[in-house]
Amino acid sequence: MHADGPLNWKVGGLALGLVFFLAVLLVKPIGVSTQFVILDGIVADAVNPGLVTQGEDGYTSTNAYLAKSGGKYAKSVANPLNYSFIFVLAMAVGGFLSVMARGGLDRAERAVPALWRANFGDSPVKRYLAAFLGGFVVLYGARLAGGCTSGHMMSGMMQTSLSGYIFALGAFAAAVPVSLILFKKEA
Amino acid sequence: MTSILLAIVLGLAFGAVLDRVGASNPTYIGKMLNLTNLNLAKSILLAIGVGSILMFGGQMLGLVDVGHMSVKTAYVGVFVGGLLLGAGWAVAGYCPGTGVVAAASGRKDALFFIAGGLLGAAAYMVTYPNWKASGMLDKIWGGKVTLGTVPGAKYEGLTALPGDVLGIVIGLGFVALAFALPERLVPERAAPQPAE
Repeated sequence: MHADGPLNWKVGGLALGLVFFLAVLLVKPIGVSTQFVILDGIVADAVNPGLVTQGEDGYTSTNAYLAKSGGKYAKSVANPLNYSFIFVLAMAVGGFLSVMARGGLDRAERAVPALWRANFGDSPVKRYLAAFLGGFVVLYGARLAGGCTSGHMMSGMMQTSLSGYIFALGAFAAAVPVSLILFKKEA
Repeated sequence: MTSILLAIVLGLAFGAVLDRVGASNPTYIGKMLNLTNLNLAKSILLAIGVGSILMFGGQMLGLVDVGHMSVKTAYVGVFVGGLLLGAGWAVAGYCPGTGVVAAASGRKDALFFIAGGLLGAAAYMVTYPNWKASGMLDKIWGGKVTLGTVPGAKYEGLTALPGDVLGIVIGLGFVALAFALPERLVPERAAPQPAE
Protein backbone atom coordinates (compact mmCIF):
# COMPACT_ATOMS: atom_id res chain seq x y z
CA MET A 1 0.00 0.00 0.00
CA HIS A 2 1.05 3.53 -0.58
CA ALA A 3 1.75 6.03 2.12
CA ASP A 4 -0.83 8.56 0.96
CA GLY A 5 -4.34 7.28 1.49
CA PRO A 6 -7.46 8.75 -0.05
CA LEU A 7 -8.66 12.27 0.62
CA ASN A 8 -10.53 13.03 3.79
CA TRP A 9 -14.16 12.11 3.04
CA LYS A 10 -15.35 15.69 3.47
CA VAL A 11 -12.92 17.05 0.90
CA GLY A 12 -13.32 14.04 -1.39
CA GLY A 13 -17.11 14.02 -1.20
CA LEU A 14 -17.27 17.75 -1.88
CA ALA A 15 -14.99 17.40 -4.91
CA LEU A 16 -16.93 14.41 -6.24
CA GLY A 17 -20.22 16.24 -5.76
CA LEU A 18 -18.88 19.29 -7.58
CA VAL A 19 -17.89 17.18 -10.58
CA PHE A 20 -21.37 15.61 -10.76
CA PHE A 21 -22.93 19.06 -10.45
CA LEU A 22 -20.68 20.63 -13.11
CA ALA A 23 -21.55 17.81 -15.52
CA VAL A 24 -25.29 18.53 -15.15
CA LEU A 25 -24.73 22.29 -15.25
CA LEU A 26 -22.66 22.21 -18.43
CA VAL A 27 -23.84 19.13 -20.33
CA LYS A 28 -25.80 16.25 -18.78
CA PRO A 29 -25.58 13.76 -15.89
CA ILE A 30 -22.53 11.48 -15.80
CA GLY A 31 -22.88 7.88 -16.97
CA VAL A 32 -20.33 5.28 -18.01
CA SER A 33 -21.65 1.77 -18.64
CA THR A 34 -23.31 2.53 -21.99
CA GLN A 35 -19.84 3.10 -23.43
CA PHE A 36 -19.00 -0.60 -22.97
CA VAL A 37 -21.83 -1.29 -25.42
CA ILE A 38 -20.60 1.42 -27.76
CA LEU A 39 -17.07 -0.03 -27.77
CA ASP A 40 -18.49 -3.53 -28.37
CA GLY A 41 -20.50 -2.06 -31.23
CA ILE A 42 -17.48 -0.32 -32.74
CA VAL A 43 -15.48 -3.57 -32.67
CA ALA A 44 -18.37 -5.69 -33.95
CA ASP A 45 -19.13 -3.20 -36.72
CA ALA A 46 -15.48 -3.27 -37.80
CA VAL A 47 -15.54 -7.09 -37.97
CA ASN A 48 -19.01 -7.22 -39.52
CA PRO A 49 -19.59 -3.92 -41.37
CA GLY A 50 -23.33 -4.48 -41.89
CA LEU A 51 -24.09 -4.21 -38.15
CA VAL A 52 -24.81 -0.49 -38.09
CA THR A 53 -26.35 1.23 -41.09
CA GLN A 54 -27.43 4.76 -41.85
CA GLY A 55 -30.88 5.18 -43.35
CA GLU A 56 -32.98 8.17 -44.31
CA ASP A 57 -34.15 8.81 -40.78
CA GLY A 58 -30.97 8.19 -38.84
CA TYR A 59 -28.99 5.14 -37.79
CA THR A 60 -30.16 1.62 -37.09
CA SER A 61 -28.67 -1.81 -36.51
CA THR A 62 -29.36 -5.47 -37.09
CA ASN A 63 -28.83 -5.82 -33.33
CA ALA A 64 -32.09 -4.98 -31.55
CA TYR A 65 -30.31 -3.43 -28.59
CA LEU A 66 -28.25 -1.02 -30.72
CA ALA A 67 -31.36 -0.18 -32.75
CA LYS A 68 -33.60 0.61 -29.76
CA SER A 69 -34.71 4.16 -28.82
CA GLY A 70 -34.50 5.41 -32.39
CA GLY A 71 -31.02 4.01 -32.96
CA LYS A 72 -29.23 6.29 -30.49
CA TYR A 73 -26.64 3.63 -29.64
CA ALA A 74 -26.19 2.81 -33.34
CA LYS A 75 -25.52 6.49 -33.96
CA SER A 76 -22.83 6.59 -31.27
CA VAL A 77 -21.22 3.44 -32.68
CA ALA A 78 -21.06 5.11 -36.09
CA ASN A 79 -19.69 8.33 -34.55
CA PRO A 80 -17.30 7.40 -31.72
CA LEU A 81 -16.10 11.00 -31.36
CA ASN A 82 -19.14 11.89 -29.27
CA TYR A 83 -19.34 13.47 -25.82
CA SER A 84 -20.04 10.34 -23.77
CA PHE A 85 -17.36 8.17 -25.37
CA ILE A 86 -14.65 10.84 -25.16
CA PHE A 87 -15.70 11.47 -21.55
CA VAL A 88 -14.83 7.87 -20.59
CA LEU A 89 -11.50 8.00 -22.43
CA ALA A 90 -10.69 11.26 -20.61
CA MET A 91 -11.60 9.60 -17.30
CA ALA A 92 -8.87 7.06 -17.91
CA VAL A 93 -6.34 9.82 -18.56
CA GLY A 94 -7.49 11.74 -15.49
CA GLY A 95 -7.14 8.66 -13.30
CA PHE A 96 -3.70 7.92 -14.71
CA LEU A 97 -2.42 11.47 -14.12
CA SER A 98 -3.84 11.50 -10.60
CA VAL A 99 -2.16 8.21 -9.67
CA MET A 100 1.14 9.31 -11.19
CA ALA A 101 0.97 12.63 -9.32
CA ARG A 102 0.88 10.73 -6.03
CA GLY A 103 3.77 8.46 -6.96
CA GLY A 104 2.06 5.55 -8.73
CA LEU A 105 1.08 2.15 -7.35
CA ASP A 106 3.59 -0.45 -6.21
CA ARG A 107 4.03 -3.70 -8.08
CA ALA A 108 2.15 -5.98 -5.70
CA GLU A 109 -0.83 -3.63 -5.62
CA ARG A 110 -0.88 -3.40 -9.43
CA ALA A 111 -1.30 -7.18 -9.67
CA VAL A 112 -3.51 -7.99 -6.68
CA PRO A 113 -5.18 -5.42 -4.40
CA ALA A 114 -4.33 -5.57 -0.67
CA LEU A 115 -7.72 -6.71 0.65
CA TRP A 116 -7.87 -9.55 -1.90
CA ARG A 117 -4.28 -10.56 -0.97
CA ALA A 118 -5.18 -10.69 2.73
CA ASN A 119 -8.10 -13.03 2.02
CA PHE A 120 -7.09 -15.10 -1.01
CA GLY A 121 -3.30 -14.81 -1.26
CA ASP A 122 -1.22 -13.20 -3.97
CA SER A 123 -1.95 -15.53 -6.90
CA PRO A 124 -2.64 -13.15 -9.79
CA VAL A 125 -4.44 -15.83 -11.83
CA LYS A 126 -7.12 -16.32 -9.19
CA ARG A 127 -7.56 -12.57 -8.90
CA TYR A 128 -7.67 -12.00 -12.67
CA LEU A 129 -10.31 -14.69 -13.05
CA ALA A 130 -12.44 -13.14 -10.31
CA ALA A 131 -12.06 -9.68 -11.86
CA PHE A 132 -13.03 -11.03 -15.29
CA LEU A 133 -16.13 -12.84 -13.99
CA GLY A 134 -17.00 -9.85 -11.83
CA GLY A 135 -16.71 -7.58 -14.87
CA PHE A 136 -19.01 -9.81 -16.88
CA VAL A 137 -21.71 -9.78 -14.20
CA VAL A 138 -21.30 -6.05 -13.49
CA LEU A 139 -21.77 -4.99 -17.10
CA TYR A 140 -24.52 -7.50 -17.81
CA GLY A 141 -26.33 -6.19 -14.75
CA ALA A 142 -25.65 -2.55 -15.60
CA ARG A 143 -27.11 -2.95 -19.08
CA LEU A 144 -30.14 -4.80 -17.75
CA ALA A 145 -30.64 -2.00 -15.21
CA GLY A 146 -29.98 0.70 -17.82
CA GLY A 147 -27.12 2.29 -15.91
CA CYS A 148 -24.41 1.77 -13.32
CA THR A 149 -23.06 3.25 -10.13
CA SER A 150 -22.44 6.64 -11.74
CA GLY A 151 -25.47 6.92 -14.00
CA HIS A 152 -28.13 5.30 -11.84
CA MET A 153 -26.87 5.61 -8.30
CA MET A 154 -24.98 8.92 -8.19
CA SER A 155 -26.60 10.91 -11.01
CA GLY A 156 -29.97 9.25 -10.46
CA MET A 157 -30.33 9.75 -6.73
CA MET A 158 -28.91 13.26 -7.07
CA GLN A 159 -31.84 14.07 -9.39
CA THR A 160 -34.32 12.34 -7.03
CA SER A 161 -35.01 9.83 -9.78
CA LEU A 162 -37.06 6.83 -8.64
CA SER A 163 -35.03 4.42 -10.77
CA GLY A 164 -31.82 5.53 -9.04
CA TYR A 165 -33.23 4.46 -5.69
CA ILE A 166 -34.46 1.12 -7.03
CA PHE A 167 -31.02 0.49 -8.49
CA ALA A 168 -29.11 1.46 -5.34
CA LEU A 169 -31.38 -0.78 -3.26
CA GLY A 170 -30.61 -3.76 -5.51
CA ALA A 171 -26.89 -3.03 -5.75
CA PHE A 172 -26.30 -2.79 -1.99
CA ALA A 173 -28.68 -5.66 -1.18
CA ALA A 174 -26.32 -7.91 -3.14
CA ALA A 175 -22.97 -6.19 -2.65
CA VAL A 176 -22.93 -6.06 1.16
CA PRO A 177 -23.72 -9.76 1.82
CA VAL A 178 -21.33 -10.92 -0.92
CA SER A 179 -18.58 -8.75 0.49
CA LEU A 180 -19.22 -9.87 4.07
CA ILE A 181 -18.94 -13.51 2.96
CA LEU A 182 -15.84 -13.01 0.78
CA PHE A 183 -13.69 -10.63 2.78
CA LYS A 184 -13.52 -11.81 6.37
CA LYS A 185 -9.89 -10.85 6.96
CA GLU A 186 -8.97 -7.19 7.11
CA ALA A 187 -6.11 -5.64 5.19
CA MET B 1 -16.40 20.91 -30.74
CA THR B 2 -17.32 22.57 -27.44
CA SER B 3 -18.96 19.36 -26.31
CA ILE B 4 -15.78 17.38 -27.00
CA LEU B 5 -13.76 19.91 -25.03
CA LEU B 6 -16.20 19.63 -22.13
CA ALA B 7 -16.02 15.83 -22.34
CA ILE B 8 -12.25 16.04 -21.96
CA VAL B 9 -12.26 18.52 -19.08
CA LEU B 10 -15.10 16.85 -17.12
CA GLY B 11 -13.76 13.35 -17.83
CA LEU B 12 -10.28 14.29 -16.61
CA ALA B 13 -11.76 15.75 -13.44
CA PHE B 14 -14.04 12.76 -12.80
CA GLY B 15 -11.22 10.24 -13.32
CA ALA B 16 -8.88 12.15 -11.02
CA VAL B 17 -11.48 12.55 -8.28
CA LEU B 18 -12.46 8.86 -8.39
CA ASP B 19 -8.80 8.05 -7.82
CA ARG B 20 -8.42 10.55 -4.98
CA VAL B 21 -11.50 9.42 -3.06
CA GLY B 22 -10.27 5.82 -3.31
CA ALA B 23 -13.21 4.56 -5.40
CA SER B 24 -10.92 2.92 -7.97
CA ASN B 25 -9.08 0.94 -5.27
CA PRO B 26 -10.80 -2.45 -4.72
CA THR B 27 -9.53 -2.52 -1.14
CA TYR B 28 -11.50 0.62 -0.25
CA ILE B 29 -14.57 -0.65 -2.11
CA GLY B 30 -14.28 -3.95 -0.23
CA LYS B 31 -13.88 -2.21 3.13
CA MET B 32 -16.95 -0.12 2.43
CA LEU B 33 -19.06 -3.09 1.34
CA ASN B 34 -17.99 -5.35 4.22
CA LEU B 35 -18.75 -2.41 6.51
CA THR B 36 -15.30 -2.18 8.09
CA ASN B 37 -14.44 1.31 6.78
CA LEU B 38 -17.23 3.60 5.67
CA ASN B 39 -15.12 6.59 4.65
CA LEU B 40 -15.85 6.01 0.97
CA ALA B 41 -19.56 5.65 1.70
CA LYS B 42 -19.40 9.00 3.48
CA SER B 43 -17.73 10.57 0.43
CA ILE B 44 -20.40 9.12 -1.88
CA LEU B 45 -23.30 10.26 0.32
CA LEU B 46 -21.81 13.73 0.66
CA ALA B 47 -21.27 13.91 -3.10
CA ILE B 48 -24.88 12.98 -3.87
CA GLY B 49 -26.09 15.53 -1.32
CA VAL B 50 -23.85 18.33 -2.58
CA GLY B 51 -24.71 17.57 -6.20
CA SER B 52 -28.42 17.57 -5.42
CA ILE B 53 -28.39 20.80 -3.41
CA LEU B 54 -26.35 22.65 -6.04
CA MET B 55 -28.42 21.37 -8.96
CA PHE B 56 -31.87 22.04 -7.49
CA GLY B 57 -30.71 25.27 -5.83
CA GLY B 58 -29.30 26.41 -9.16
CA GLN B 59 -32.56 25.53 -10.89
CA MET B 60 -34.54 27.60 -8.40
CA LEU B 61 -32.23 30.57 -8.99
CA GLY B 62 -32.54 30.07 -12.75
CA LEU B 63 -28.81 29.33 -13.10
CA VAL B 64 -29.10 25.65 -14.01
CA ASP B 65 -31.03 24.49 -17.08
CA VAL B 66 -33.77 22.08 -15.95
CA GLY B 67 -33.57 20.57 -19.44
CA HIS B 68 -30.17 19.11 -18.57
CA MET B 69 -31.78 16.61 -16.23
CA SER B 70 -31.84 13.06 -17.51
CA VAL B 71 -34.03 10.66 -15.56
CA LYS B 72 -33.93 6.95 -16.34
CA THR B 73 -36.94 4.65 -16.55
CA ALA B 74 -37.99 2.58 -13.54
CA TYR B 75 -38.70 -1.12 -14.33
CA VAL B 76 -38.26 -4.43 -12.53
CA GLY B 77 -35.04 -5.10 -14.45
CA VAL B 78 -33.48 -2.07 -12.75
CA PHE B 79 -33.63 -3.93 -9.45
CA VAL B 80 -32.50 -7.27 -10.90
CA GLY B 81 -29.68 -5.58 -12.80
CA GLY B 82 -28.75 -3.76 -9.59
CA LEU B 83 -28.48 -7.08 -7.75
CA LEU B 84 -26.19 -8.48 -10.46
CA LEU B 85 -24.06 -5.35 -10.56
CA GLY B 86 -23.82 -5.35 -6.77
CA ALA B 87 -22.63 -8.95 -6.64
CA GLY B 88 -20.00 -8.38 -9.32
CA TRP B 89 -18.95 -5.08 -7.74
CA ALA B 90 -18.31 -6.87 -4.43
CA VAL B 91 -16.29 -9.67 -6.08
CA ALA B 92 -14.21 -7.50 -8.42
CA GLY B 93 -14.14 -4.28 -6.41
CA TYR B 94 -14.79 -2.34 -9.59
CA CYS B 95 -17.83 -0.79 -11.24
CA PRO B 96 -17.73 0.32 -14.88
CA GLY B 97 -16.27 3.80 -14.30
CA THR B 98 -13.83 2.92 -11.55
CA GLY B 99 -12.65 -0.13 -13.52
CA VAL B 100 -11.59 2.15 -16.36
CA VAL B 101 -9.75 4.49 -13.97
CA ALA B 102 -8.10 1.54 -12.20
CA ALA B 103 -6.88 0.01 -15.45
CA ALA B 104 -5.38 3.35 -16.46
CA SER B 105 -3.65 3.61 -13.09
CA GLY B 106 -1.75 0.39 -13.75
CA ARG B 107 -3.98 -2.21 -12.06
CA LYS B 108 -3.70 -5.33 -14.20
CA ASP B 109 -6.72 -7.03 -12.66
CA ALA B 110 -8.81 -4.07 -13.87
CA LEU B 111 -7.87 -4.95 -17.47
CA PHE B 112 -9.47 -8.35 -16.88
CA PHE B 113 -12.48 -6.61 -15.36
CA ILE B 114 -12.87 -4.50 -18.52
CA ALA B 115 -12.47 -7.55 -20.77
CA GLY B 116 -15.15 -9.37 -18.76
CA GLY B 117 -17.28 -6.23 -18.88
CA LEU B 118 -17.09 -5.94 -22.65
CA LEU B 119 -18.12 -9.59 -22.92
CA GLY B 120 -20.94 -9.09 -20.42
CA ALA B 121 -22.22 -6.04 -22.31
CA ALA B 122 -22.07 -8.02 -25.55
CA ALA B 123 -23.98 -10.89 -23.90
CA TYR B 124 -26.67 -8.42 -22.92
CA MET B 125 -26.85 -7.05 -26.46
CA VAL B 126 -27.51 -10.57 -27.70
CA THR B 127 -30.02 -11.52 -25.00
CA TYR B 128 -31.85 -8.16 -24.95
CA PRO B 129 -34.87 -9.42 -26.96
CA ASN B 130 -35.53 -12.08 -24.28
CA TRP B 131 -35.57 -9.49 -21.51
CA LYS B 132 -37.80 -7.26 -23.61
CA ALA B 133 -40.23 -10.14 -24.17
CA SER B 134 -40.22 -11.04 -20.47
CA GLY B 135 -41.92 -7.74 -19.58
CA MET B 136 -39.23 -6.97 -17.04
CA LEU B 137 -38.25 -3.87 -19.01
CA ASP B 138 -41.79 -2.47 -18.93
CA LYS B 139 -42.02 0.72 -16.94
CA ILE B 140 -43.40 0.69 -13.41
CA TRP B 141 -44.71 3.54 -11.23
CA GLY B 142 -44.75 5.93 -14.18
CA GLY B 143 -41.30 5.04 -15.55
CA LYS B 144 -39.21 8.18 -15.86
CA VAL B 145 -40.30 9.86 -12.65
CA THR B 146 -38.73 11.96 -9.93
CA LEU B 147 -39.83 11.75 -6.29
CA GLY B 148 -41.39 15.22 -6.40
CA THR B 149 -42.59 17.21 -9.41
CA VAL B 150 -39.71 19.35 -10.65
CA PRO B 151 -40.94 22.67 -12.10
CA GLY B 152 -40.21 22.92 -15.82
CA ALA B 153 -38.91 19.35 -16.12
CA LYS B 154 -40.20 16.96 -18.76
CA TYR B 155 -40.57 14.22 -16.13
CA GLU B 156 -43.63 13.41 -14.06
CA GLY B 157 -43.44 13.40 -10.30
CA LEU B 158 -44.21 10.36 -8.17
CA THR B 159 -45.80 12.87 -5.79
CA ALA B 160 -47.09 16.42 -6.30
CA LEU B 161 -44.53 17.79 -3.84
CA PRO B 162 -42.34 20.58 -5.32
CA GLY B 163 -39.45 18.55 -6.77
CA ASP B 164 -36.79 21.22 -6.42
CA VAL B 165 -37.49 21.91 -2.75
CA LEU B 166 -37.76 18.18 -2.09
CA GLY B 167 -34.45 17.67 -3.89
CA ILE B 168 -32.72 20.15 -1.59
CA VAL B 169 -34.30 18.60 1.51
CA ILE B 170 -33.23 15.10 0.43
CA GLY B 171 -29.80 16.46 -0.48
CA LEU B 172 -29.44 17.86 3.06
CA GLY B 173 -30.51 14.43 4.30
CA PHE B 174 -27.67 12.78 2.36
CA VAL B 175 -25.19 15.28 3.82
CA ALA B 176 -26.51 14.63 7.33
CA LEU B 177 -26.28 10.88 6.75
CA ALA B 178 -22.66 11.26 5.60
CA PHE B 179 -21.83 12.97 8.89
CA ALA B 180 -23.91 10.59 11.02
CA LEU B 181 -22.49 7.38 9.60
CA PRO B 182 -19.84 5.84 11.89
CA GLU B 183 -16.34 4.94 10.68
CA ARG B 184 -17.28 1.27 10.70
CA LEU B 185 -20.37 -0.82 11.38
CA VAL B 186 -18.80 -4.22 11.95
CA PRO B 187 -16.83 -4.34 15.23
CA GLU B 188 -13.09 -4.95 15.10
CA ARG B 189 -12.08 -8.58 15.66
CA ALA B 190 -10.64 -9.63 19.02
CA ALA B 191 -7.23 -10.45 17.57
CA PRO B 192 -6.60 -7.91 14.84
CA GLN B 193 -4.12 -8.71 12.10
CA PRO B 194 -0.72 -7.13 12.68
CA ALA B 195 0.00 -4.29 10.29
CA GLU B 196 2.17 -5.26 7.33
